[in-house]
Amino acid sequence: MTQAEQERRFLDKIDREIKIEPNDWMPDEYRQTLIRQISQHAHSEIVGMLPEGNWITRAPNLRRKAVLLAKVQDEAGHGLYLYSATETLGADREQLMDDMHSGKAKYSSIFNYPALTWADIGTIGWLVDGAAIMNQVALCRTSYGPYARAMVKICKEESFHQRQGYESLMKLCNGTPQQKAMAQDAMNRFWWPALMMFGPSDAESTHSDQSIKWKIKRFTNDELRQSFVDATVSQAEILGLTIPDPNLKWNEERGHYDFSEINWEEFWQVVKGNGPCNKERIAARLKAKQEGLWVREAANAFAKKRAMKKSA
Amino acid sequence: MSTTQWPLWEVFIRSKQGLNHKHVGSLRAPDATLALENARDVYTRRSEGISIWVVESANIHATDIDDADSFFEPSDTKIYRHPTFYEVPDGVKHM
Ligand SMILES: [Fe+2]
Ligand SMILES: [Fe+2]
Repeated sequence: MTQAEQERRFLDKIDREIKIEPNDWMPDEYRQTLIRQISQHAHSEIVGMLPEGNWITRAPNLRRKAVLLAKVQDEAGHGLYLYSATETLGADREQLMDDMHSGKAKYSSIFNYPALTWADIGTIGWLVDGAAIMNQVALCRTSYGPYARAMVKICKEESFHQRQGYESLMKLCNGTPQQKAMAQDAMNRFWWPALMMFGPSDAESTHSDQSIKWKIKRFTNDELRQSFVDATVSQAEILGLTIPDPNLKWNEERGHYDFSEINWEEFWQVVKGNGPCNKERIAARLKAKQEGLWVREAANAFAKKRAMKKSA
Repeated sequence: MSTTQWPLWEVFIRSKQGLNHKHVGSLRAPDATLALENARDVYTRRSEGISIWVVESANIHATDIDDADSFFEPSDTKIYRHPTFYEVPDGVKHM
């Protein structure tokens, strides 16, 4: 089959909503785009464990501690499903991680903000996992089979992440004035970074067009961001929290909420590595890799020894 | 700072008695024992399974995607293998 025929077949499958599977022919750029997007997603799951992991030992009670532990463990699983999906495309998992450590590959910039108080943990579950879910639900219909299947599994697990965060904030908002103030402070700090999670505006987004054509992405960054704002406003009202945006108001004509322009200067600064925690996060990942190295080597040695005993 | 990787394993899970094991994904592990334990932690955190198989990915043999059309052609052309191929008068019951 000629290259042109293969390309026509590929586009025909995309048109007819037939999933692309690992051994199918695909344009090299499709493969590279997927590896970049899925690995960035995987890195986000893994780095996302750091701000929350910090709070496991400081959770206010045993119930919250067990819940946070289960959530963080889920995120590790999500990272793994996604790294597995990149491997079906021929990517080398170790290389991908090294690319994150060197700064060549990115992860979601939201995790470069610190989790300063216990209210931040509830807010992360509600807003950060909430924004991630908005994105991930759309990706369940992505054109690459292994990525879509990973997303379905991840979405099933994510819904508890958002609900536990919301529940925890509900407790604080119905608590003492200080607890309520702590929740509002967390909201003030996380609202804009959460909106930034959807990436640059459509006008600025470099990869968007082709990704939409190939059905890797099913909605644009701005569409998803708008859906998130629309879904979140009433949730904030029920908590009694104020969204820190004086221009937020319902637009009858559009059938959506209007909101202020995002501070893109801040967004690009954090993406470029100058956020509050970029260096700390990468240092923590490197430390984990280096200090865990002997465990991986020991497991290899043990497996070899056991195999020898079996064959003896 | 790459290191030698553990081999890749494919994971199959029987979700309940009476159903086949079904492929759910893959993972890396140094040996079968740890592959099974990792598979439990990664793929069955919410009671998704009662039995797990792991197979080293290198041991899986697959049909060639490029030959799929000719490989599966013999079955596509034998429509008389399906009950709908046969005409039976309207009044015939239990068939
Ligand atoms: Fe996740
Ligand atoms: Fe999550």
